[in-house]
Parts: sequence; C-alpha cells; structure tokens
Amino acid sequence: MHEAGPAEHELLRQSVRDFATNTSPEAEVRRLMATPHGFDREVWSVMASQLGLQGMAIPERYGGAGFGWTELAIVFEEFGRALLCAPYFATVALAVPALLASDDEDRKQRHLPAIASGELVATVAWRANAADEVTARGTSGDGYELHGRRSHVIDGCIAGLLLVPALGPEGPGIFAVEGGAPGLSHETRPTLDETRKQAEIVFDGCPARPLEPAGDGAAMLARVERLAAVALACEQVGGAQHCLDDAVDYARDRMQFGRPIGSFQAVRHRCADMLLDVESARSMAARAVELAPDDPQFGTAAHMAKAYCSEAFVRVAAANIQVHGGIGITWDHSAHLYLKRAKSSQLLFGNPQQHRAALAALVRSAA
Amino acid sequence: MSAAPTTMTGPAPSALAARVERLLAEAPSPGVDGGIPFRAAQFEAGLAWVSFPVGHGGLGLPPGHQLVVDRLLRDAGVEPANLRNPIGYGNVAPVLAAYGTDEQRRRYLRACFTTEDIWCQLMSEPGAGSDVAGIATTARRDGTGWLLRGQKVWTSLAHVARWGLAVVRTDQEKPKHAGLTCFVVDMHAPGVEVRPLRMLNGKADFNEVFLDDVPVADDNRVGEVGGGWQVVRSNLDGERAAFGAEGDEPDPGEDLLAWWARACVDDPVLTDRVMAAVIRSRAARLTAERTQRGAAGGAVHPAIVKLLSSEAKQHTLEVALDAQGVAGTLYAPDGYALEQPVRVGIMQGDPAARYLRVQALTIEGGTSAVLRNVLADAVLGLPREPRFDTGIGWREIPRNAGEYERKVRGR
Repeated sequence: MHEAGPAEHELLRQSVRDFATNTSPEAEVRRLMATPHGFDREVWSVMASQLGLQGMAIPERYGGAGFGWTELAIVFEEFGRALLCAPYFATVALAVPALLASDDEDRKQRHLPAIASGELVATVAWRANAADEVTARGTSGDGYELHGRRSHVIDGCIAGLLLVPALGPEGPGIFAVEGGAPGLSHETRPTLDETRKQAEIVFDGCPARPLEPAGDGAAMLARVERLAAVALACEQVGGAQHCLDDAVDYARDRMQFGRPIGSFQAVRHRCADMLLDVESARSMAARAVELAPDDPQFGTAAHMAKAYCSEAFVRVAAANIQVHGGIGITWDHSAHLYLKRAKSSQLLFGNPQQHRAALAALVRSAA
Repeated sequence: MSAAPTTMTGPAPSALAARVERLLAEAPSPGVDGGIPFRAAQFEAGLAWVSFPVGHGGLGLPPGHQLVVDRLLRDAGVEPANLRNPIGYGNVAPVLAAYGTDEQRRRYLRACFTTEDIWCQLMSEPGAGSDVAGIATTARRDGTGWLLRGQKVWTSLAHVARWGLAVVRTDQEKPKHAGLTCFVVDMHAPGVEVRPLRMLNGKADFNEVFLDDVPVADDNRVGEVGGGWQVVRSNLDGERAAFGAEGDEPDPGEDLLAWWARACVDDPVLTDRVMAAVIRSRAARLTAERTQRGAAGGAVHPAIVKLLSSEAKQHTLEVALDAQGVAGTLYAPDGYALEQPVRVGIMQGDPAARYLRVQALTIEGGTSAVLRNVLADAVLGLPREPRFDTGIGWREIPRNAGEYERKVRGR
C-alpha cells in the first residue's frame, strides 16, 4: 500500500475540494437530485480518469492507486461537504470493500479495474430490515439463483453490479448479480435525501454467482458494514463543517436590532456548540479511519464514530436552519439539503442506538 | 554559513536525554527528604523548566522540550514537582520568568521548584468571578511599599502556601484593565487570614483569603504598576490549556464502561445511556489528544478541549450515579465531614461524591458560558457583544461587591 504524508494529503484535499466546487455547485446538486438517476456520468468518468478517485483504495494490481482509508476519508469528507451527487459511496464504500474482502480472484480481476476506470457503478444490496429476505438456491448447473427483495439499495437502479448478501445452501454468502440480469426488477424510491438515490429491488430467480469463499459471507459483510459506517461518518464531518461555516457567515452579515445577529450571545453560543460538535466528530471519524480496516480496535471505533458523528451532524444541520431563521426554512436555501442528508445518513447502515448496542455487544464479547 | 545566536543553542533532544540520565545517575535519590534534594539538582541542571534562562532552572530551549524531560523522569519513577506545587509550577513560575525581575527569579524559582515553597494565586474575588479584571482588592502606597486590602476567593492551596501571586487594583480612576498591578504576597505576613471554603460535597477544595492592610515591599511588585492585566492574561491562558489534559486522572468514561461490563447490566435503556456517555467521553479525550499528542485531525483551541471534557464528565458521572438506582441516594458516611483543604480528584469517592465534584468543572478555569464566548471570538470570528465597562474609569462601572455571597455565607 502507498504511504502518503501530510503534504500529499493536503494536496489531495485541495484537488478534491476544487473538483467538488467546480462540478458540484449548489445549482448542479439541485439539478441532479431532481433526475431519476441522480448523477452525471461524464463527471463520474472525469472523476476516474483525471483524479482516480474511484480506484483510490483499490490495489495497483487491479488498476487502482493502492492508497488506503486515510486518503478515502478525505474524499468522503469533501464530497459530504459539497453534497456531491454520485454513486461514490455505493461503489467505493460498499462494493469495493466487499470485493476486496473476498478471496474471489476472478471477480476482483473482472470488476475492480472496471470500477477504477469509471466504467462500472456497483453497490451492495444490504439487508436494511427484517423483511429484506433474500435466499440463494442452487440451479441445475453449478449456478445459483436469488429470490427475495431488498428495500433500500443505495444507487440500486444504476448499478451495473449488485453484491447481494443472501442465505445460500452453504450458509450466508455474498452473491454477484449483473445490473441487467433476468429476474431482477428495480424501482426508484422517493427519498428524504434526494441527493442519495435508493431502489427497491426484487430478485425473482435471478442468476447469481457467489463471491468466494462461499458460505463465509457473515465476516465479509461485517467488515463492509463497518467500513460503510466510517465512510458515512467522514461524510458527516464534511457536511457538518459546511453547516457551521454557513451559519457563521450568515450570523456575521445578518443585521437585526441594529447589530449583526452573531453579536447576540444566544446566537454566538449556538455557533460555539456547532463548533464543538464538528471538532469532536472530526476526532471520532479520524480515530476510526486510523484503525481501518484491520486493527482489533476498529470495530469499537467504527461503532462509536457512526453513533457520534450521525447525531452531531443532525444537531449542526438543524442548528444551521435555526441560525438562518426564516430564510433557513425555505426550499431555495440549501440548509434543508444538509438536514435531509444528515437525518438520512444517521438512519442508514445502523442508527446511533443500533451502533451503541453493537458497541455494547463487542465490549461484552471481549470481556 | 552563519553561527546560530548563542541564546538559541542548547542541547538537542538526544543531548537533553543524556542530561536527564546524568541527573538520575548523579543526583541524590528522589526518595530522600521528600525529593527536595533531587529537585534542587534538577533545577541546577536546567531541567526544571527547560524554556527558562540558564541559571533560573532552564536551558533556554523551546517549551515543548520539557515533555522529553518529564517523560524520561516519569519512566524513572520520579514524582513530578507539579503534583505538589501545581500553582507554583504551572502558573506562577512562567509569570515570574516572563515578567519578574532577575532578583525575583533568583529569590523564588528554586524553592518553588523544589516544593519547599508552595504557592497560591490570589485572583478571583466575591465580586469578580468570570470578570477577573473587575477585582476590587486595592493596594495603596505606604512609604516605599504598599498595603493590600480586600478579599480573594477560590484560592487553592492558600492554607499551605508560603507565597501568593496577587492581582490588585492600584488605580481606581483608570479603566478597569489599566489600573491593575501584580504583587508577590507573603502568606505569613500580618493581616493575611486564610479560611477554608466548604463546597457542596462537604469538602474544602478551596480557601478564601482576607487581606487586612497586608504590607508588601515594592521589590515584590511583578511587572509595571498598572501592568497587571497583561500578567493575568498569560496566567489564565496557561490555566485553560491545562484543563482537559488527562494527566494521571482515570478517564470517567473508561471507568463507567468497566463498571458496566463488571455489573452485567442487561437493561437495554441503561446500556444505551452508558454507551452514549462512554462515546461522548471518548470524543472529548480524542479531541484533547489532537492538541496534546498530535493525534489525527489537527490541534484545536484549548477552550474546545475544556468544554468537551468538562461537559462529557458531567454527563458521564450523571449516568454513573443514575445507574446506582436507589443506592445512589446514599453518600458515604464521611461525605459531608469537613476535612482540611484538599484537592479532591474527580474520580475519588463513591458515585455520589464524583457526581458532586464534577459540577464544578464547568465553572472552574472559565465557565462554559465564558468559554463559548471565547470560541465565538477567537475561532469563529463572530462580532463581539456591545460592552458597558470600557472607556470609563473603574469606579464608574456598575458592580456588586459580594453582598449576595456574604448573605449566603451568613456574614
């Protein structure tokens, strides 16, 4: 794996921020969130060909840049700050770790270079609730077919590759399904956060191949879910930082009672609280990133980060609306976009209460 | 090639380590005579405060180099001087190094470091809490010296202190910040009375100090007449930076987690509350480590560390007490027995004792309300609130002189 130093990280942050500023101004976020697929394929290609962001943490032998989570964290934070509309989270935080967690050399060779080059959008059709049952049955040949449904698949309508955790004859596994496979049907769901698309997907005997080792899906999935939680935590830090900056700018400018509202202690203290949330969330996300993906303490840090950063971002995004007052509750102001992202990412991939329960279970099992 | 100025040269960290090793090899054992001879040798070796000038306990090095010394000595099992004389070591000595005369440094620094002389600082007053610059204790000229008159409060260690660093008002007509001057006060001088101040937990962490025309010689003035505010400011900054530094104090979050694991809690609601407190506590600690140890994320303003840490501890100790259920209504039999003034660690005693102790954390060293204003100014750059105490003489500023406090305390 490549080791980059603080100077390279600052360069990366600046180039990702420039890219997001140029390709994802608010007007573009609003245009894309109103489209069914919610992303611009051309921007997605440029993201791969010019910056190599999709392949950032893909090993070089599979066409990536061979960096790790420290570098990915910077990208997630900056994209979260800009609310950049693209299937980056689904592809890079879900599908890539699932492929890398498997021993399936054939699948890795086939999909990872296509992801790194920007040709392939991929996702994991995760199990979002108890009704989300999918089973894999063996077919007459040596193949499998999937039956069941998944109700909250991130970018499920546009993914060329779906990785589906399902119960197979050998036990829990992760199964690869092509986006246009027969027996697969998907429907875009209306979402609270319009910048992140979800699909309901029905598998009706759709052909699938297990990622090796077959029947060992539980460990792979646990790893994927923790990394997804940390990617969201990084996005949340970036989004929260945007909300803080936005609130402070407004509080400096907005005059009432003959003075800027930012000179009233009630507003100053609200902004100071936002700062405390942003900085403490940054500490938690950074710690989890530092331990990702293999440190024995990573699970603990990941659960803590997702539980903490989710709540911090929701508080900060809601406070930003309150600092803005009347303009903050209009459609035309961007504050609601961040609140919706905050609330939605709080509830996706384990809400804070579930992560605290998972943390408790980890502590208990270690005791 | 130009030679570095001689004042800037000094041993590199490796040479510093060698110096520490030589001290450990040659000095009297730290176990002898309460460690005083050892600390005297440490002072002579310039390893007391390495950033101080040579001959005054230092080597003229950057302050960060002290960490190298402290770590090596801790590894060798030497008790740090700042445990016995925290105010002297951490607050007063840097002030004397920056603002004192050579004569004052010679007179005080050595015994301060050896802990032969314990120090306190006489700053807050009943009428000047967050607003330290509003103090009303006066010093008036008396021949060649001064007479100090007034009351100080929240004075840690005053009951054992040999010396106190006082800030007092030498000019009541000037604006509040301009009329202040600092003095070293002999705590054994006539007119000094120290009384323990009993706190809500029944203990006396602090003292109040009454000054009844206490004589102070002019050569015990620190800094210029009217230059006291500058001295106080540098002192407060040091105090705030020290808060949230964990030192050897156990982390209440880790302690609560260990209790939860031992107690086999199966109530999911309590478990959720415990985990939330543990996580918040961890967030505070990781944020402190960004500044103290260069942990990931970059350094933060000390007020961020202090706010997160104090508020997380209150949250954590509240959960810890609630978790006791009805047993939490008891407070150990010696709970309300007044003892000699003693610094009570926040993890000392039963959950009720800890719960009571942490209430002070968001008041001492800068209240949470004041620190949020500090962040609004210093980090966020928000416009300041209009003030009503600037541009006029101190005497004209509306204030109270501690009437409420006197009524509450029955005098």
